[in-house]
Amino acid sequence: MNAMVGETYVRRLVIFYIPLFMFVFVMLFPFAWMLITSIKPDAELYNPRISPFIVREPTLEHWESLFGTTLFIRWAINTLWVAIASTAVSLFAGVLAGYALSRLVFRGSTLFGIMIFVTYLVPPTLLFIPLTGVVTWMGLQDTTWSLIFTYPTFLVPFCTWLLMGYFQTIPKELEECARIDGATRLQAMSRIVIPLAVPGILSAGIFAFTLSWNEFLYALVFIHSPENKTIPVGVTSELIKGDVFFWGALMAGALFGSVPVAVVYSFFVEHYVSGMTGAVKG
Amino acid sequence: MAQILLKDLRKTYDQTEAVRGINLDIEHNEFVVLVGPSGCGKTTTLRMIAGLEEITDGVILIGDRVINNVPPKDRDIAMVFQNYALYPHMTVEENMSFGLRLRKVPRDEIGRRVSHAAGILNIGELLQRRPKQLSGGQRQRVAMGRAIVRNPQAFLFDEPLSNLDAKLRVQMRTEIKKIHQRVQTTVVYVTHDQVEAMTLADRIVVMNHGIIEQVGTPQEMYEAPLTRFVAGFIGSPAMNFIPCRVVNAGSGLGVRLSDDITLALPDVQADRYRGHVDRPLIFGIRPEHMTEQRQHTNAQQIDFSCTVSVLEPMGVDTMVFVEIDGTEVTARAAPRSVSPVGAEMAFTIDMNNMHLIDPETDRVI
Amino acid sequence: MTTPQPVNAPSLWARFATSLEDQRVLGYVLMAPALLLIVIFIAYPFVLGVWMSLTDKIVGTPGTYIGLGNYERLFASDIFLTAAWNTVFFTTVATVFKAVLGMWLAVLLNRRFRFANITRASVLLPFIVPTVLSTLAWLWMFDATFSVFNWTLRWMWQMEISILGLVLKENWGFFRGPLWLGDPDLAMASVILVNVWRGLPFFAISFLAGLQTIPPDLYDAADIDGASGWKKFWHVTLPLIKPVAIVVIVFSIVVTFADFQLVYILTRGGPNNETHLLATLAYQLGMGSGNIGQGAAVALFMLPILAVVIIFQLWYLRREGVR
Repeated sequence: MNAMVGETYVRRLVIFYIPLFMFVFVMLFPFAWMLITSIKPDAELYNPRISPFIVREPTLEHWESLFGTTLFIRWAINTLWVAIASTAVSLFAGVLAGYALSRLVFRGSTLFGIMIFVTYLVPPTLLFIPLTGVVTWMGLQDTTWSLIFTYPTFLVPFCTWLLMGYFQTIPKELEECARIDGATRLQAMSRIVIPLAVPGILSAGIFAFTLSWNEFLYALVFIHSPENKTIPVGVTSELIKGDVFFWGALMAGALFGSVPVAVVYSFFVEHYVSGMTGAVKG
Repeated sequence: MAQILLKDLRKTYDQTEAVRGINLDIEHNEFVVLVGPSGCGKTTTLRMIAGLEEITDGVILIGDRVINNVPPKDRDIAMVFQNYALYPHMTVEENMSFGLRLRKVPRDEIGRRVSHAAGILNIGELLQRRPKQLSGGQRQRVAMGRAIVRNPQAFLFDEPLSNLDAKLRVQMRTEIKKIHQRVQTTVVYVTHDQVEAMTLADRIVVMNHGIIEQVGTPQEMYEAPLTRFVAGFIGSPAMNFIPCRVVNAGSGLGVRLSDDITLALPDVQADRYRGHVDRPLIFGIRPEHMTEQRQHTNAQQIDFSCTVSVLEPMGVDTMVFVEIDGTEVTARAAPRSVSPVGAEMAFTIDMNNMHLIDPETDRVI
Repeated sequence: MTTPQPVNAPSLWARFATSLEDQRVLGYVLMAPALLLIVIFIAYPFVLGVWMSLTDKIVGTPGTYIGLGNYERLFASDIFLTAAWNTVFFTTVATVFKAVLGMWLAVLLNRRFRFANITRASVLLPFIVPTVLSTLAWLWMFDATFSVFNWTLRWMWQMEISILGLVLKENWGFFRGPLWLGDPDLAMASVILVNVWRGLPFFAISFLAGLQTIPPDLYDAADIDGASGWKKFWHVTLPLIKPVAIVVIVFSIVVTFADFQLVYILTRGGPNNETHLLATLAYQLGMGSGNIGQGAAVALFMLPILAVVIIFQLWYLRREGVR
């Protein structure tokens, strides 16, 4: 909507700029707070008498302790590896399944479609206890592999669902023409449909990447050794010792754990948004 | 280049029968057009030939080979789709060479064939463009180029002109005909437009409700339709159908259209219809065979008159609408000789070109 | 014993390649990786979970079948009933707030203004950043002693700059300000607040995508018909966005209902087990106390309500002909 004809500046301020500013402020304040906290010396952090909004003597000591004395870099590497690998696995399975469900007629395809949809809505919290048993039984406990294989449980249904929708927008004739031109079904898929689906695959991939970067429960339950943890679990479990909270380092960890996804996101905002909205539209 | 043989071909989807037993023998280098209204099974038939639909029953041969279970890639055919189906992520050149590259044809051979086809179609300067940058007519040419490059045994066309505007369609129609004359090959062409069928085909196959109504040259279809459907489908404007009776009139027979109009049947035709005296029949006459009153050039021409209800000038001719016993009838008359609306007008009908149809079987007698 | 192969006999591989041209075969082949993952890591654990919930399994023991014993015990337990109620309450309130505020934000973002793109992008940040990490920031902001909220409230009181300051004096006295996570009701409210903060962008951006599909002519037509802003929203925007809204809400209900991270970080179910959700209770029983059978039973208790939601969603999608 454009500004209405005859809308006064005051009215526009009251019904538009002020509410919008409030929303943006509330949405972004916690991130600002992470930053402020992480560069404030302890003496200022734990002094209730002075304004917490002002940093008098900014310091990098919390950052240094995060990178120097904790395993944060190790966790970051783990998180990146898990996110990339599980996204790759999920895209592989999701592209193939999405293609089959949107393009091929075979017995049970409708049933598979419903099954994918249902698993899409099954939350990880429902299954984490028995899944622990499965992971142990496969000998994967306390390894990043346990996450690479279990994250696809929520990523594959999502990718499949999203890509089914995307494949349906690609005209069938292109593939038929390729097959008449001499391509096998697999070649028609790999040389015509998949190249044309790259935007959709990218959307699914970006979204899957952020989902696995952010995952918490499975990583919390399956991984015990500090050196195998991911950022979300590492920061919350290793930087809090009992009741003692190292808020400076914690907030530095929160900040640096958030920055990579925020960077990836900022490069692919459009893809991320279309992945997100596509995911619910189906 | 080969002949294509369809034997008792059938296609059933769930409950509905799309194609209900088709027999067709398409000759070497012949241009055959499948024509009919939407849902008549023509596209399904074409897609079965292409291998894009499974054959429920019957046999298809290309050359001497039964290809029922041969995947499309091994049928050695090319197809031009209604929406052209150009690969959007490839240049024109890549589009045209895609099939050859899949077959691992040597590079210089690909280049030679592409430039040859581009020469025929006059698209040489478009080779590095992407489909998005092409006009409708150019896309159409590229789609044909992609087929020509392959040098297949047969070309299949699925309503290739229906996405073009009227003017371009006429132009491309001529183009397709020229190309067929240059690139001698078997063509199966599907359209719902009978004008396209008439202008392009060596032989027309009219389909309706999943079966073949009639096969023949364009002229045969026009002059001697076998069924009411073909008679009505071929020719524009469409043939008039007027309920009638064959009656004894004096020494010979007459066709009685209304209380006022009874047309004498020429003696040469009388024998054919003698068995149908007094049965309700349908009288079929094309507008172009019902004209303003003219000097008779043969004995089969008869005159009668009617009241004009509507006039539609077309330039060369004027379409005159009259009502005969409740049925609206179109005549085609010279503009200068028509009467104004509401006035009586005298017509000449050429009984040589009329058809009598049995309403029970819908067949032409 | 080997016999020489006839020269032209198709190899096994060639036969397999040919059969892939049949879509009935290819369909299964392409589904295989996804199905394998789903069967091993969803279907099998699900069955295993049902079995575990029927046993008295404790970490390190095989566990014996005890029928519905776990469920009976749960229904007799106040902690469980509180958690179940909390889950429903939390989901309902949070979803309502997210939907209403999300719609408001979407309508705001749908206007044309300078920096619209960057505003839209930055508003989504709470949703894309790891939830536990942003929740840690909230935990710090809710801190009993160093809460920035309380500092601000106290400052307002000291300044006596507003009526708000007087109200605060009446209710909470001078020094402390509220103990955000120490009081059960306030703790639940805090958890809901953080959930709304995190989920709101998802609603807003999805609604925004829906709003952008509404043809502007409709608003022009409504303008000419003399409709006010509210009337336009009520009669044009809302009906047209309903399909998107329903899917988004259903989706969010599922995710909110199964939420774990917020409570785990903010309250650990406390104080006094008053803020547990089903997911955190399942974790505490199954992982914390090692009482796997009971943990699995609590987790499975989410299933009936999720099933209702999923069936509704399937029914709705089918009716709308989305698939």
